[in-house]
Amino acid sequence: MIEIYLIGSVLISIGLFFNRGKVLNYTLIWLFMALQCAFTLYACLNYNQTESTYFTFDSLGIIMLLTATIIAIPAVIHSHIYIEESEERTPRSRATYFGAMALLITAVSSAYLANHIAVVWIFTEITTLSASALIYHHRNKLALEGTWKYVFICAISITFVFIGILFLSLSFAKGGSDDLSYKNLLGHSSLLNLSWLRLAFLFIFTGFTAKLGLFPMFTAGVDAKDKAPGPAAALLSSIVMCMGFVGIFRMYIIMANTPLLHWAGMVIGIAAFLSLFIAAVYMIKVKNIKRMMAYSSVEHMGLVMLGIAAGGIGYYAAILHIVLHSFVKSSLFFQYNQLYRVFKNKNIYHLGNYFKYNTTGAIVVLLAFISVTAMPPSGMFVSEFLIFRSLFESNQLIVLLVVLLLLTLIIWAFAKNIFKILFIPAVNFDESTVPAISPWRSVSQFILIGGAAYLGLNPPPAFVDLIKDSIMLLPH
Amino acid sequence: MLHVLLIIFLISLFYMSIANRMSTYVNVLALQGILLFFVAFLELKHINTVNLILILLETIIFKSVAVPVFLNYVLKRNHITREAEPYLPNFVSLIITTVIVVTTILLSKTMEESYLDKMYFVVALSTLFTGLYFIASRRKIITHVMGYLVIENGVFVLSLAVGNEMPMLVNLGIMLDIFASVLILGIFLNKIGDVFKDIDVDQLTNLKDD
Repeated sequence: MIEIYLIGSVLISIGLFFNRGKVLNYTLIWLFMALQCAFTLYACLNYNQTESTYFTFDSLGIIMLLTATIIAIPAVIHSHIYIEESEERTPRSRATYFGAMALLITAVSSAYLANHIAVVWIFTEITTLSASALIYHHRNKLALEGTWKYVFICAISITFVFIGILFLSLSFAKGGSDDLSYKNLLGHSSLLNLSWLRLAFLFIFTGFTAKLGLFPMFTAGVDAKDKAPGPAAALLSSIVMCMGFVGIFRMYIIMANTPLLHWAGMVIGIAAFLSLFIAAVYMIKVKNIKRMMAYSSVEHMGLVMLGIAAGGIGYYAAILHIVLHSFVKSSLFFQYNQLYRVFKNKNIYHLGNYFKYNTTGAIVVLLAFISVTAMPPSGMFVSEFLIFRSLFESNQLIVLLVVLLLLTLIIWAFAKNIFKILFIPAVNFDESTVPAISPWRSVSQFILIGGAAYLGLNPPPAFVDLIKDSIMLLPH
Repeated sequence: MLHVLLIIFLISLFYMSIANRMSTYVNVLALQGILLFFVAFLELKHINTVNLILILLETIIFKSVAVPVFLNYVLKRNHITREAEPYLPNFVSLIITTVIVVTTILLSKTMEESYLDKMYFVVALSTLFTGLYFIASRRKIITHVMGYLVIENGVFVLSLAVGNEMPMLVNLGIMLDIFASVLILGIFLNKIGDVFKDIDVDQLTNLKDD
């Protein structure tokens, strides 16, 4: 099935690139979504099976694949609306946009399921290519700048991951085989040479932070989300981040079964803490709402990785948190397009009184704000609380206190800007040009935010089992 | 013989760090491609012939002919000035490169005995960090790209070191080379040349937070 999926989706995206007919484009992208759904279903039914040697439908892969498919459906719907409303649309830009989006979703889904580090690396390269086509959608000077920065930093980070793989193969020289699959590495973790493994982990971790949006390579993601169209930015801040997480997490499982567990935890913890710090500093300063949402993603990835570093209940909380964050942040980016249509601006100074112009949209923004800042009725409250508990249990009280302080700053900055957008009138805003926006467009955002609350507050047993199964190989 | 080639490769980095003119950078990159061709030829004896031919073709045609020719074309077409315009004087560049090389030698001393020839490790890591230093210290976008190409050469040296045991990794490295170079050079350097007339990173500062 995985061959059918890969060949089918590559053919569809090539078809999209070369066919510029409107009807054909939309038929093809929905055909791709049908294929994606069928593949997800097939993966769930074949739980823990290995296919084509390099792909295993394991628990972590299935959680992420389900998340990706659930987010991809509204992403395509909102892309449809976005492209048709856009004034500068041409058949070429539409075809490129949907072709790149299909390729991005395919590459990300395959990277989740790959059981070999080199295969994950190949699909990471493909995401860089397809994401750059999405970021360059507007073809103007600023989009070019954003794309250039994204491509350059991602190219360096991919090179870093490759160096990490080379060091990993050196570390595994005693293993006597050239099979670098995660299973084989884990089975022979006692044979790994520790000093090479240290270098390998440092490089692989640094490389994947570009996709995850963590310190030190987070800048690429922020610029990309700023310039990419809203639905594409939603994908970049949800499923692509999950891919970076999967890359680091699978490597961390191997590290956790060697004496380097605490060292690796410390590396991740430092990077996570610095990400939170940077997010707090920029959230206070930033005036562009899209960049503010992107920095909020940096903050959440910092929290996720803090959970991994703390261990214990933190592992469970980290996976729960990244799934919930994907749902909430993508709905916020879907909502952004409506906001932009009303105000034709993304500077917070020129936005305001959103409740008056688009009530349903304003309710979505408010609910998403409550979820993103992890206030109690939202699902992310549960996962954040569990991350704090794991920090408490691992006796990191000082870290916990500083993190809480930084989070307070972030929530203050976020709330200040969101309430300005929702309630305070913008200066010199011409009300006569505000278009009417159908409330139906917000349905998918309500479903995603509601789904996040449901998964957090009352997770179905199957979901809990999947998360528990994916952290089974970590020491407790 | 292998060590002689690798040491010449290392010296080319020092030369690059004090070079003033853009064409010198291009020539050094071409020289590095030729050096890598001979290193690959001498090192990879145990892999099959088709694979070896592929690797040799990649080093000689892609690294030492196609990329330099393309870089020269971009330099001419966009009328990029001949000076490299580093932020720091050449003398400081030379000292920093030396510090990088000495640090990697010291680092290699601390690594436990392994199957790897230490020379590869030193050359590869110092190339990597020197490339990063070039990116950080030069002003033009095209020198950033050259810094990236230097990094790729370093990665190629490292992949040759494990090439006999794991030929797959060398092929992956080649894939990275071609993929990233085509993406960066082919599409964006051309586009950026069209949009930003005198391409300088100072112009790429419009995406900011306030």
